[in-house]
Amino acid sequence: MTAPWTGLAHMLSHPFMQHAFVAGTAIAAAAGLIGYFLVLRGQVFTADALSHVAFTGALAALAFGLDARLGLFVLTIGVGIAMGLIGQGGRPDDTVIGAVFAWILGLGVLFLSIYTTRRSGSNGNGAVAVLFGSVLGLSGPRAWLAAGIAVGVIVLLLALARPLLLATLDERVARAAGVPVRLLGLAFLALTGATAAEATQVVGALLILGLIAAPAAAASRLSSRPFRAMGLSAALAVASVWIGLGASYALPSTPPSFAILAVATAIFAGAAVVRRTATATTGSPASRRC
Amino acid sequence: MNQPGWNPVADLQQMWALPFMVNAYRAGTVLALLAGLVGFLMVTRRQAFAGHTLSAVGFPGAAGATWLGVPAALGYFGFCVAAALTIAAAPSSARLRFSEENALVGTVQAFALACGYLFVVLYHGVLGGTTALLFGSFLGVTAGQVTTLAVLAVVLLAVLAAIGRPLLFASLDPQAARASGVPVRALDVVFLVLLAATAAEVVQITGALMVFTLLVLPPAAARELTCRPAAGLALSVVLALLVTWVALGVAYYSPYPIGFWLSSIAFGTYLLARATRAVRDRVPA
Repeated sequence: MTAPWTGLAHMLSHPFMQHAFVAGTAIAAAAGLIGYFLVLRGQVFTADALSHVAFTGALAALAFGLDARLGLFVLTIGVGIAMGLIGQGGRPDDTVIGAVFAWILGLGVLFLSIYTTRRSGSNGNGAVAVLFGSVLGLSGPRAWLAAGIAVGVIVLLLALARPLLLATLDERVARAAGVPVRLLGLAFLALTGATAAEATQVVGALLILGLIAAPAAAASRLSSRPFRAMGLSAALAVASVWIGLGASYALPSTPPSFAILAVATAIFAGAAVVRRTATATTGSPASRRC
Repeated sequence: MNQPGWNPVADLQQMWALPFMVNAYRAGTVLALLAGLVGFLMVTRRQAFAGHTLSAVGFPGAAGATWLGVPAALGYFGFCVAAALTIAAAPSSARLRFSEENALVGTVQAFALACGYLFVVLYHGVLGGTTALLFGSFLGVTAGQVTTLAVLAVVLLAVLAAIGRPLLFASLDPQAARASGVPVRALDVVFLVLLAATAAEVVQITGALMVFTLLVLPPAAARELTCRPAAGLALSVVLALLVTWVALGVAYYSPYPIGFWLSSIAFGTYLLARATRAVRDRVPA
Protein backbone atom coordinates (compact mmCIF):
# COMPACT_ATOMS: atom_id res chain seq x y z
CA MET A 1 0.00 0.00 0.00
CA THR A 2 2.68 2.42 0.96
CA ALA A 3 5.20 1.42 -1.72
CA PRO A 4 3.66 3.34 -4.64
CA TRP A 5 3.22 6.47 -2.55
CA THR A 6 6.77 6.49 -1.26
CA GLY A 7 7.95 5.90 -4.83
CA LEU A 8 5.88 8.87 -5.98
CA ALA A 9 7.18 11.06 -3.17
CA HIS A 10 10.70 9.97 -3.99
CA MET A 11 10.23 10.85 -7.64
CA LEU A 12 8.81 14.28 -6.81
CA SER A 13 11.62 15.05 -4.37
CA HIS A 14 14.03 15.56 -7.28
CA PRO A 15 14.06 19.18 -8.42
CA PHE A 16 14.43 18.17 -12.09
CA MET A 17 11.29 16.04 -11.84
CA GLN A 18 9.41 18.93 -10.20
CA HIS A 19 10.45 21.24 -13.01
CA ALA A 20 9.49 18.66 -15.63
CA PHE A 21 6.05 18.27 -14.04
CA VAL A 22 5.49 22.04 -13.77
CA ALA A 23 6.40 22.78 -17.39
CA GLY A 24 5.00 19.53 -18.76
CA THR A 25 1.56 19.98 -17.18
CA ALA A 26 1.02 23.52 -18.45
CA ILE A 27 2.36 22.80 -21.93
CA ALA A 28 0.34 19.60 -22.24
CA ALA A 29 -2.85 21.43 -21.28
CA ALA A 30 -2.15 24.08 -23.92
CA ALA A 31 -1.33 21.43 -26.53
CA GLY A 32 -4.49 19.51 -25.71
CA LEU A 33 -6.70 22.58 -26.11
CA ILE A 34 -5.04 23.81 -29.30
CA GLY A 35 -5.02 20.25 -30.62
CA TYR A 36 -8.77 19.91 -30.23
CA PHE A 37 -9.35 22.90 -32.51
CA LEU A 38 -6.70 21.68 -34.96
CA VAL A 39 -8.42 18.31 -35.29
CA LEU A 40 -11.84 19.94 -35.58
CA ARG A 41 -10.60 22.33 -38.26
CA GLY A 42 -8.71 19.61 -40.14
CA GLN A 43 -5.45 21.49 -39.65
CA VAL A 44 -3.27 18.83 -38.09
CA PHE A 45 -0.92 19.07 -41.06
CA THR A 46 -0.40 22.75 -40.27
CA ALA A 47 0.72 21.79 -36.79
CA ASP A 48 3.03 19.19 -38.33
CA ALA A 49 4.56 21.87 -40.52
CA LEU A 50 4.93 24.28 -37.60
CA SER A 51 6.66 21.64 -35.52
CA HIS A 52 9.29 21.28 -38.23
CA VAL A 53 9.55 25.04 -38.44
CA ALA A 54 10.25 24.97 -34.71
CA PHE A 55 13.23 22.75 -35.42
CA THR A 56 14.61 25.21 -37.95
CA GLY A 57 13.97 28.18 -35.66
CA ALA A 58 15.75 26.65 -32.71
CA LEU A 59 18.71 25.58 -34.83
CA ALA A 60 18.95 28.98 -36.53
CA ALA A 61 19.21 30.60 -33.11
CA LEU A 62 21.78 28.03 -31.98
CA ALA A 63 23.81 28.45 -35.18
CA PHE A 64 24.05 32.19 -34.62
CA GLY A 65 24.67 31.86 -30.90
CA LEU A 66 21.31 33.15 -29.68
CA ASP A 67 18.92 31.64 -27.16
CA ALA A 68 17.08 28.76 -28.86
CA ARG A 69 13.71 29.92 -27.56
CA LEU A 70 13.99 33.26 -29.35
CA GLY A 71 14.34 31.61 -32.74
CA LEU A 72 11.60 29.15 -31.84
CA PHE A 73 8.92 31.67 -31.01
CA VAL A 74 9.75 34.21 -33.70
CA LEU A 75 9.83 31.68 -36.51
CA THR A 76 6.91 29.44 -35.51
CA ILE A 77 4.51 32.32 -34.85
CA GLY A 78 5.70 34.16 -37.97
CA VAL A 79 5.33 31.15 -40.26
CA GLY A 80 1.99 30.27 -38.65
CA ILE A 81 0.61 33.69 -39.54
CA ALA A 82 2.19 33.60 -43.01
CA MET A 83 0.53 30.25 -43.75
CA GLY A 84 -2.79 31.68 -42.71
CA LEU A 85 -2.28 34.66 -45.00
CA ILE A 86 -1.61 32.40 -48.00
CA GLY A 87 -4.72 30.27 -47.50
CA GLN A 88 -8.32 31.24 -47.98
CA GLY A 89 -10.21 32.10 -44.79
CA GLY A 90 -7.09 31.50 -42.72
CA ARG A 91 -6.89 27.82 -43.76
CA PRO A 92 -3.94 27.10 -46.06
CA ASP A 93 -3.95 24.42 -48.75
CA ASP A 94 -2.14 21.14 -48.05
CA THR A 95 0.21 21.36 -50.99
CA VAL A 96 1.25 24.92 -50.20
CA ILE A 97 1.98 23.94 -46.59
CA GLY A 98 3.99 20.97 -47.78
CA ALA A 99 5.99 23.03 -50.25
CA VAL A 100 6.81 25.75 -47.74
CA PHE A 101 7.82 23.51 -44.93
CA ALA A 102 9.88 21.16 -47.10
CA TRP A 103 12.03 24.17 -47.83
CA ILE A 104 12.11 25.43 -44.25
CA LEU A 105 13.22 22.00 -43.16
CA GLY A 106 16.01 22.25 -45.72
CA LEU A 107 17.07 25.51 -44.10
CA GLY A 108 17.07 23.67 -40.78
CA VAL A 109 19.54 21.18 -42.21
CA LEU A 110 21.74 24.06 -43.30
CA PHE A 111 21.70 25.61 -39.82
CA LEU A 112 22.37 22.20 -38.33
CA SER A 113 25.53 21.82 -40.43
CA ILE A 114 26.64 25.37 -39.57
CA TYR A 115 26.01 24.69 -35.89
CA THR A 116 27.84 21.37 -35.82
CA THR A 117 30.86 22.61 -37.77
CA ARG A 118 31.16 25.71 -35.63
CA ARG A 119 30.91 23.75 -32.39
CA SER A 120 32.68 20.55 -33.23
CA GLY A 121 33.09 19.78 -29.53
CA SER A 122 29.39 19.61 -28.69
CA ASN A 123 28.77 17.11 -31.50
CA GLY A 124 25.18 17.97 -32.32
CA ASN A 125 23.80 17.36 -28.83
CA GLY A 126 21.80 20.55 -29.12
CA ALA A 127 20.22 19.34 -32.33
CA VAL A 128 19.08 16.06 -30.82
CA ALA A 129 17.65 17.94 -27.83
CA VAL A 130 15.70 20.19 -30.21
CA LEU A 131 14.42 17.23 -32.21
CA PHE A 132 13.45 14.95 -29.37
CA GLY A 133 13.16 17.20 -26.34
CA SER A 134 14.92 17.41 -23.02
CA VAL A 135 12.22 17.92 -20.44
CA LEU A 136 14.36 16.57 -17.61
CA GLY A 137 17.02 19.18 -18.33
CA LEU A 138 14.85 22.22 -17.65
CA SER A 139 16.11 24.56 -14.95
CA GLY A 140 13.72 26.07 -12.40
CA PRO A 141 13.33 29.53 -13.98
CA ARG A 142 13.00 28.06 -17.48
CA ALA A 143 10.34 25.62 -16.33
CA TRP A 144 8.30 28.35 -14.66
CA LEU A 145 8.67 30.64 -17.68
CA ALA A 146 7.55 27.85 -20.01
CA ALA A 147 4.59 27.17 -17.73
CA GLY A 148 3.74 30.87 -17.63
CA ILE A 149 3.75 31.18 -21.41
CA ALA A 150 1.62 28.05 -21.70
CA VAL A 151 -0.91 29.49 -19.26
CA GLY A 152 -0.96 32.66 -21.34
CA VAL A 153 -1.71 30.62 -24.47
CA ILE A 154 -4.50 28.78 -22.63
CA VAL A 155 -6.09 32.02 -21.41
CA LEU A 156 -5.99 33.58 -24.88
CA LEU A 157 -7.40 30.45 -26.47
CA LEU A 158 -10.24 30.23 -23.94
CA ALA A 159 -11.03 33.88 -24.62
CA LEU A 160 -11.30 33.07 -28.33
CA ALA A 161 -12.95 29.68 -27.84
CA ARG A 162 -16.61 30.57 -28.46
CA PRO A 163 -16.25 32.61 -31.66
CA LEU A 164 -13.52 30.26 -32.90
CA LEU A 165 -15.77 27.27 -32.38
CA LEU A 166 -18.56 28.97 -34.29
CA ALA A 167 -16.19 29.93 -37.11
CA THR A 168 -14.92 26.34 -37.21
CA LEU A 169 -18.26 24.57 -37.17
CA ASP A 170 -20.20 26.91 -39.42
CA GLU A 171 -18.20 29.53 -41.18
CA ARG A 172 -21.15 31.13 -42.98
CA VAL A 173 -23.23 31.57 -39.87
CA ALA A 174 -20.20 32.99 -38.08
CA ARG A 175 -19.63 35.47 -40.88
CA ALA A 176 -23.28 36.49 -40.82
CA ALA A 177 -23.09 36.99 -37.06
CA GLY A 178 -20.20 39.38 -37.59
CA VAL A 179 -17.40 37.11 -36.37
CA PRO A 180 -14.08 38.11 -37.99
CA VAL A 181 -13.42 34.59 -39.35
CA ARG A 182 -10.16 35.33 -41.13
CA LEU A 183 -8.67 37.26 -38.24
CA LEU A 184 -9.64 34.47 -35.85
CA GLY A 185 -7.99 31.93 -38.14
CA LEU A 186 -4.77 33.95 -38.08
CA ALA A 187 -4.83 34.43 -34.32
CA PHE A 188 -5.42 30.72 -33.91
CA LEU A 189 -2.42 29.88 -36.11
CA ALA A 190 -0.26 32.28 -34.12
CA LEU A 191 -1.31 30.49 -30.92
CA THR A 192 -0.57 27.16 -32.61
CA GLY A 193 2.89 28.45 -33.43
CA ALA A 194 3.47 29.50 -29.83
CA THR A 195 2.30 26.08 -28.61
CA ALA A 196 4.61 24.31 -31.05
CA ALA A 197 7.53 26.41 -29.78
CA GLU A 198 6.58 25.61 -26.19
CA ALA A 199 6.08 21.91 -26.74
CA THR A 200 9.46 21.65 -28.45
CA GLN A 201 10.97 22.11 -25.01
CA VAL A 202 9.10 19.12 -23.57
CA VAL A 203 8.83 16.44 -26.26
CA GLY A 204 10.98 17.96 -29.00
CA ALA A 205 10.15 19.35 -32.42
CA LEU A 206 9.50 15.99 -34.06
CA LEU A 207 7.13 14.65 -31.43
CA ILE A 208 4.87 17.65 -30.74
CA LEU A 209 2.36 16.29 -33.17
CA GLY A 210 1.58 13.35 -30.89
CA LEU A 211 0.79 15.59 -27.94
CA ILE A 212 -1.39 17.77 -30.17
CA ALA A 213 -3.20 15.19 -32.28
CA ALA A 214 -3.56 12.06 -30.18
CA PRO A 215 -5.36 13.39 -27.07
CA ALA A 216 -7.55 15.65 -29.20
CA ALA A 217 -8.55 12.85 -31.54
CA ALA A 218 -9.31 10.60 -28.60
CA ALA A 219 -11.40 13.33 -26.94
CA SER A 220 -13.37 14.11 -30.08
CA ARG A 221 -14.20 10.42 -30.40
CA LEU A 222 -15.30 10.11 -26.79
CA SER A 223 -17.49 13.21 -26.63
CA SER A 224 -19.41 15.10 -29.27
CA ARG A 225 -20.03 18.12 -27.05
CA PRO A 226 -17.36 20.67 -27.95
CA PHE A 227 -16.56 22.18 -24.57
CA ARG A 228 -16.57 18.85 -22.78
CA ALA A 229 -14.34 17.36 -25.49
CA MET A 230 -12.01 20.35 -25.24
CA GLY A 231 -11.56 19.83 -21.51
CA LEU A 232 -11.18 16.10 -22.01
CA SER A 233 -8.50 16.68 -24.64
CA ALA A 234 -6.49 18.87 -22.26
CA ALA A 235 -6.95 16.34 -19.44
CA LEU A 236 -5.80 13.44 -21.62
CA ALA A 237 -2.73 15.39 -22.75
CA VAL A 238 -1.82 16.20 -19.14
CA ALA A 239 -2.38 12.56 -18.18
CA SER A 240 -0.06 11.47 -21.01
CA VAL A 241 2.69 13.73 -19.70
CA TRP A 242 2.24 12.66 -16.06
CA ILE A 243 2.11 8.93 -16.79
CA GLY A 244 4.93 9.28 -19.33
CA LEU A 245 7.20 11.12 -16.90
CA GLY A 246 6.43 8.58 -14.18
CA ALA A 247 7.10 5.67 -16.53
CA SER A 248 10.40 7.06 -17.71
CA TYR A 249 11.40 7.61 -14.07
CA ALA A 250 10.52 4.02 -13.22
CA LEU A 251 12.29 2.66 -16.31
CA PRO A 252 15.42 4.80 -16.67
CA SER A 253 16.35 3.45 -20.10
CA THR A 254 13.13 4.88 -21.56
CA PRO A 255 13.48 8.50 -22.71
CA PRO A 256 10.62 10.66 -21.36
CA SER A 257 9.60 11.84 -24.84
CA PHE A 258 9.02 8.28 -25.95
CA ALA A 259 7.09 7.39 -22.78
CA ILE A 260 4.82 10.44 -23.14
CA LEU A 261 4.13 9.69 -26.80
CA ALA A 262 3.54 6.01 -26.09
CA VAL A 263 0.90 6.89 -23.47
CA ALA A 264 -0.77 9.40 -25.78
CA THR A 265 -0.87 6.87 -28.61
CA ALA A 266 -2.27 4.20 -26.28
CA ILE A 267 -5.03 6.60 -25.21
CA PHE A 268 -5.84 7.29 -28.84
CA ALA A 269 -5.96 3.58 -29.64
CA GLY A 270 -8.12 2.99 -26.57
CA ALA A 271 -10.57 5.66 -27.65
CA ALA A 272 -10.73 4.13 -31.12
CA VAL A 273 -11.77 0.85 -29.56
CA VAL A 274 -14.42 2.52 -27.38
CA ARG A 275 -15.52 4.43 -30.43
CA ARG A 276 -18.77 6.24 -30.45
CA THR A 277 -19.38 8.10 -33.64
CA ALA A 278 -18.19 11.56 -32.86
CA THR A 279 -19.97 14.31 -34.70
CA ALA A 280 -17.05 16.24 -36.00
CA THR A 281 -17.54 18.54 -38.92
CA THR A 282 -15.94 17.90 -42.22
CA GLY A 283 -13.22 20.38 -42.92
CA SER A 284 -13.28 19.85 -46.65
CA PRO A 285 -9.90 20.46 -48.26
CA ALA A 286 -9.65 23.82 -49.96
CA SER A 287 -10.71 23.35 -53.53
CA ARG A 288 -8.23 23.99 -56.27
CA ARG A 289 -8.99 25.24 -59.69
CA CYS A 290 -7.93 22.21 -61.60
CA MET B 1 36.87 21.14 -50.62
CA ASN B 2 36.29 20.96 -54.37
CA GLN B 3 36.36 24.12 -56.40
CA PRO B 4 34.46 24.33 -59.69
CA GLY B 5 36.52 25.64 -62.59
CA TRP B 6 35.32 27.69 -65.51
CA ASN B 7 34.89 24.73 -67.82
CA PRO B 8 31.64 22.91 -66.99
CA VAL B 9 32.56 19.85 -69.06
CA ALA B 10 35.82 19.42 -67.19
CA ASP B 11 33.98 19.89 -63.89
CA LEU B 12 31.50 17.18 -64.74
CA GLN B 13 34.33 14.87 -65.82
CA GLN B 14 36.14 15.50 -62.57
CA MET B 15 33.00 14.86 -60.52
CA TRP B 16 32.05 11.69 -62.38
CA ALA B 17 35.57 10.31 -62.16
CA LEU B 18 34.66 9.51 -58.55
CA PRO B 19 32.71 6.25 -58.23
CA PHE B 20 30.63 7.52 -55.31
CA MET B 21 29.42 10.50 -57.33
CA VAL B 22 28.47 8.25 -60.23
CA ASN B 23 26.54 6.05 -57.82
CA ALA B 24 24.91 9.08 -56.25
CA TYR B 25 23.76 10.27 -59.67
CA ARG B 26 22.47 6.82 -60.63
CA ALA B 27 20.57 6.45 -57.39
CA GLY B 28 19.31 10.03 -57.58
CA THR B 29 17.96 9.43 -61.09
CA VAL B 30 16.07 6.31 -60.07
CA LEU B 31 14.60 8.01 -57.02
CA ALA B 32 13.65 11.21 -58.81
CA LEU B 33 11.83 9.19 -61.47
CA LEU B 34 9.85 7.31 -58.85
CA ALA B 35 9.21 10.30 -56.60
CA GLY B 36 8.11 12.46 -59.51
CA LEU B 37 5.42 9.97 -60.52
CA VAL B 38 4.17 8.87 -57.12
CA GLY B 39 4.47 12.39 -55.72
CA PHE B 40 2.28 13.76 -58.50
CA LEU B 41 -0.46 11.31 -57.59
CA MET B 42 0.02 12.16 -53.91
CA VAL B 43 -0.41 15.87 -54.55
CA THR B 44 -3.40 15.24 -56.81
CA ARG B 45 -5.02 13.15 -54.10
CA ARG B 46 -4.17 15.79 -51.46
CA GLN B 47 -2.34 13.24 -49.35
CA ALA B 48 0.72 15.36 -48.65
CA PHE B 49 0.33 14.80 -44.92
CA ALA B 50 0.20 11.03 -45.33
CA GLY B 51 3.21 11.21 -47.62
CA HIS B 52 5.19 13.19 -45.08
CA THR B 53 4.26 10.77 -42.33
CA LEU B 54 5.19 7.70 -44.37
CA SER B 55 8.57 9.20 -45.17
CA ALA B 56 9.21 10.16 -41.54
CA VAL B 57 8.54 6.53 -40.59
CA GLY B 58 11.74 5.62 -42.41
CA PHE B 59 13.66 6.90 -39.38
CA PRO B 60 12.37 4.34 -36.85
CA GLY B 61 12.68 1.76 -39.62
CA ALA B 62 16.38 2.36 -40.02
CA ALA B 63 17.02 2.89 -36.31
CA GLY B 64 15.11 -0.28 -35.42
CA ALA B 65 16.98 -2.29 -38.03
CA THR B 66 20.31 -1.03 -36.69
CA TRP B 67 19.29 -1.85 -33.13
CA LEU B 68 18.16 -5.39 -34.03
CA GLY B 69 21.04 -5.93 -36.43
CA VAL B 70 18.91 -6.69 -39.49
CA PRO B 71 19.44 -5.11 -42.93
CA ALA B 72 18.36 -1.47 -43.03
CA ALA B 73 16.25 -1.94 -46.16
CA LEU B 74 14.09 -4.45 -44.28
CA GLY B 75 13.50 -1.90 -41.53
CA TYR B 76 12.60 0.85 -43.98
CA PHE B 77 10.09 -1.24 -45.91
CA GLY B 78 8.68 -3.01 -42.87
CA PHE B 79 7.95 0.18 -40.95
CA CYS B 80 6.75 2.21 -43.92
CA VAL B 81 4.33 -0.43 -45.15
CA ALA B 82 3.06 -1.09 -41.62
CA ALA B 83 2.39 2.63 -41.19
CA ALA B 84 0.62 2.75 -44.56
CA LEU B 85 -1.68 -0.09 -43.56
CA THR B 86 -2.42 1.61 -40.22
CA ILE B 87 -3.40 4.81 -42.01
CA ALA B 88 -5.41 2.85 -44.56
CA ALA B 89 -7.38 1.30 -41.70
CA ALA B 90 -8.89 4.73 -40.97
CA PRO B 91 -12.64 4.73 -41.41
CA SER B 92 -13.42 6.07 -44.84
CA SER B 93 -17.09 6.73 -44.08
CA ALA B 94 -17.41 9.93 -46.03
CA ARG B 95 -18.25 12.67 -43.57
CA LEU B 96 -15.76 12.08 -40.78
CA ARG B 97 -12.98 11.24 -43.08
CA PHE B 98 -10.88 14.32 -43.40
CA SER B 99 -10.33 15.29 -39.78
CA GLU B 100 -10.28 11.71 -38.50
CA GLU B 101 -7.67 10.61 -40.97
CA ASN B 102 -5.69 13.76 -40.25
CA ALA B 103 -5.49 13.03 -36.53
CA LEU B 104 -4.64 9.40 -37.09
CA VAL B 105 -1.87 10.28 -39.53
CA GLY B 106 -0.40 12.78 -37.07
CA THR B 107 -0.46 10.28 -34.23
CA VAL B 108 1.17 7.58 -36.37
CA GLN B 109 3.93 10.00 -37.34
CA ALA B 110 4.72 11.21 -33.85
CA PHE B 111 4.62 7.73 -32.37
CA ALA B 112 6.85 6.35 -35.12
CA LEU B 113 9.43 9.11 -34.61
CA ALA B 114 9.30 8.53 -30.86
CA CYS B 115 9.97 4.82 -31.48
CA GLY B 116 12.92 5.80 -33.66
CA TYR B 117 14.30 7.90 -30.83
CA LEU B 118 13.84 5.01 -28.41
CA PHE B 119 15.72 2.65 -30.74
CA VAL B 120 18.58 5.13 -31.04
CA VAL B 121 18.77 5.49 -27.26
CA LEU B 122 18.61 1.72 -26.72
CA TYR B 123 21.33 1.19 -29.29
CA HIS B 124 23.44 3.90 -27.64
CA GLY B 125 23.74 5.17 -31.18
CA VAL B 126 26.17 7.76 -32.30
CA LEU B 127 24.54 11.15 -32.72
CA GLY B 128 26.12 11.61 -36.14
CA GLY B 129 24.27 8.49 -37.20
CA THR B 130 20.98 10.00 -36.08
CA THR B 131 21.39 13.12 -38.18
CA ALA B 132 22.42 11.03 -41.19
CA LEU B 133 19.27 8.93 -40.82
CA LEU B 134 17.15 12.07 -40.57
CA PHE B 135 18.83 14.24 -43.15
CA GLY B 136 20.51 11.79 -45.44
CA SER B 137 23.94 11.35 -46.93
CA PHE B 138 24.09 10.44 -50.58
CA LEU B 139 27.84 10.02 -50.51
CA GLY B 140 27.89 6.50 -49.17
CA VAL B 141 25.78 4.91 -51.90
CA THR B 142 27.31 1.66 -53.17
CA ALA B 143 26.88 0.06 -56.58
CA GLY B 144 24.99 -2.80 -54.96
CA GLN B 145 22.55 -0.37 -53.38
CA VAL B 146 21.95 1.28 -56.73
CA THR B 147 21.06 -2.08 -58.26
CA THR B 148 18.67 -2.88 -55.41
CA LEU B 149 17.06 0.54 -55.69
CA ALA B 150 16.66 0.13 -59.45
CA VAL B 151 15.10 -3.33 -59.17
CA LEU B 152 12.63 -2.16 -56.54
CA ALA B 153 11.83 0.92 -58.57
CA VAL B 154 11.04 -1.25 -61.60
CA VAL B 155 8.66 -3.34 -59.49
CA LEU B 156 6.93 -0.25 -58.10
CA LEU B 157 6.66 1.32 -61.54
CA ALA B 158 5.16 -1.89 -62.91
CA VAL B 159 2.49 -1.83 -60.19
CA LEU B 160 1.89 1.82 -60.91
CA ALA B 161 1.56 1.15 -64.64
CA ALA B 162 -0.91 -1.65 -63.96
CA ILE B 163 -3.23 0.44 -61.80
CA GLY B 164 -2.32 3.82 -63.31
CA ARG B 165 -5.48 4.63 -65.26
CA PRO B 166 -8.11 3.70 -62.67
CA LEU B 167 -5.92 5.26 -59.95
CA LEU B 168 -5.72 8.57 -61.77
CA PHE B 169 -9.47 8.46 -62.38
CA ALA B 170 -10.16 7.70 -58.71
CA SER B 171 -7.74 10.44 -57.64
CA LEU B 172 -9.24 13.13 -59.84
CA ASP B 173 -12.91 12.31 -59.28
CA PRO B 174 -13.58 9.64 -56.63
CA GLN B 175 -17.35 9.85 -56.89
CA ALA B 176 -17.52 9.40 -60.64
CA ALA B 177 -14.95 6.60 -60.39
CA ARG B 178 -17.00 4.81 -57.74
CA ALA B 179 -20.15 5.22 -59.80
CA SER B 180 -18.50 3.60 -62.80
CA GLY B 181 -17.38 0.58 -60.82
CA VAL B 182 -13.74 1.44 -60.02
CA PRO B 183 -12.74 -0.14 -56.67
CA VAL B 184 -11.85 3.20 -55.07
CA ARG B 185 -11.31 1.88 -51.56
CA ALA B 186 -8.94 -0.87 -52.70
CA LEU B 187 -7.04 1.63 -54.82
CA ASP B 188 -6.71 3.89 -51.77
CA VAL B 189 -4.98 1.13 -49.84
CA VAL B 190 -2.77 0.09 -52.76
CA PHE B 191 -1.73 3.67 -53.34
CA LEU B 192 -0.81 4.22 -49.68
CA VAL B 193 1.35 1.09 -49.75
CA LEU B 194 2.92 2.29 -53.00
CA LEU B 195 3.58 5.68 -51.45
CA ALA B 196 5.14 3.99 -48.42
CA ALA B 197 7.37 1.83 -50.58
CA THR B 198 8.46 4.87 -52.57
CA ALA B 199 9.21 6.76 -49.37
CA ALA B 200 11.19 3.78 -48.10
CA GLU B 201 13.23 3.84 -51.32
CA VAL B 202 13.91 7.53 -51.32
CA VAL B 203 14.63 7.72 -47.60
CA GLN B 204 17.78 5.65 -48.05
CA ILE B 205 19.43 8.50 -49.90
CA THR B 206 17.78 11.67 -48.68
CA GLY B 207 17.14 10.77 -45.03
CA ALA B 208 13.74 10.57 -43.39
CA LEU B 209 13.06 14.29 -43.19
CA MET B 210 14.08 15.19 -46.73
CA VAL B 211 12.12 12.57 -48.71
CA PHE B 212 9.20 14.87 -48.65
CA THR B 213 11.08 17.49 -50.65
CA LEU B 214 11.20 15.25 -53.71
CA LEU B 215 7.68 13.95 -53.17
CA VAL B 216 5.94 17.30 -52.89
CA LEU B 217 7.86 20.12 -54.54
CA PRO B 218 8.36 18.99 -58.19
CA PRO B 219 4.76 17.69 -58.45
CA ALA B 220 3.40 20.87 -56.88
CA ALA B 221 5.36 22.94 -59.38
CA ALA B 222 4.08 20.76 -62.24
CA ARG B 223 0.51 21.25 -61.10
CA GLU B 224 0.97 24.99 -61.14
CA LEU B 225 2.13 24.81 -64.76
CA THR B 226 -0.48 22.55 -66.28
CA CYS B 227 -3.97 21.30 -65.52
CA ARG B 228 -3.73 18.25 -67.80
CA PRO B 229 -2.91 15.12 -65.80
CA ALA B 230 -0.69 13.39 -68.37
CA ALA B 231 1.36 16.52 -69.06
CA GLY B 232 1.59 17.19 -65.34
CA LEU B 233 2.85 13.70 -64.65
CA ALA B 234 5.57 14.03 -67.28
CA LEU B 235 6.52 17.52 -66.16
CA SER B 236 6.70 16.40 -62.55
CA VAL B 237 9.19 13.64 -63.44
CA VAL B 238 11.30 16.01 -65.55
CA LEU B 239 11.42 18.61 -62.78
CA ALA B 240 12.28 16.00 -60.15
CA LEU B 241 15.16 14.75 -62.30
CA LEU B 242 16.50 18.24 -62.97
CA VAL B 243 16.27 19.28 -59.33
CA THR B 244 18.06 16.13 -58.18
CA TRP B 245 20.85 16.40 -60.74
CA VAL B 246 21.51 20.08 -60.09
CA ALA B 247 21.35 19.61 -56.31
CA LEU B 248 23.83 16.74 -56.38
CA GLY B 249 26.24 18.78 -58.47
CA VAL B 250 25.95 21.86 -56.29
CA ALA B 251 26.24 19.85 -53.07
CA TYR B 252 29.43 18.24 -54.37
CA TYR B 253 31.06 21.65 -54.76
CA SER B 254 29.77 23.19 -51.55
CA PRO B 255 30.31 22.59 -47.85
CA TYR B 256 26.57 22.53 -47.12
CA PRO B 257 24.43 19.38 -46.98
CA ILE B 258 22.48 17.89 -49.88
CA GLY B 259 19.16 18.28 -48.06
CA PHE B 260 19.52 22.03 -48.01
CA TRP B 261 20.35 22.26 -51.71
CA LEU B 262 17.70 19.79 -52.76
CA SER B 263 14.95 21.62 -50.93
CA SER B 264 16.14 25.11 -51.86
CA ILE B 265 16.45 24.34 -55.58
CA ALA B 266 13.13 22.51 -55.58
CA PHE B 267 11.44 25.35 -53.70
CA GLY B 268 12.91 27.87 -56.14
CA THR B 269 11.43 25.84 -59.00
CA TYR B 270 8.07 25.81 -57.26
CA LEU B 271 8.13 29.58 -56.75
CA LEU B 272 9.04 30.07 -60.43
CA ALA B 273 6.14 27.86 -61.43
CA ARG B 274 3.74 29.85 -59.24
CA ALA B 275 5.04 33.11 -60.69
CA THR B 276 4.63 31.74 -64.22
CA ARG B 277 1.04 30.83 -63.51
CA ALA B 278 0.32 34.20 -61.96
CA VAL B 279 1.68 35.97 -65.04
CA ARG B 280 -0.21 33.62 -67.36
CA ASP B 281 -3.46 34.18 -65.47
CA ARG B 282 -3.10 37.92 -65.80
CA VAL B 283 -2.36 37.91 -69.52
CA PRO B 284 -5.53 36.91 -71.43
CA ALA B 285 -4.86 34.05 -73.81
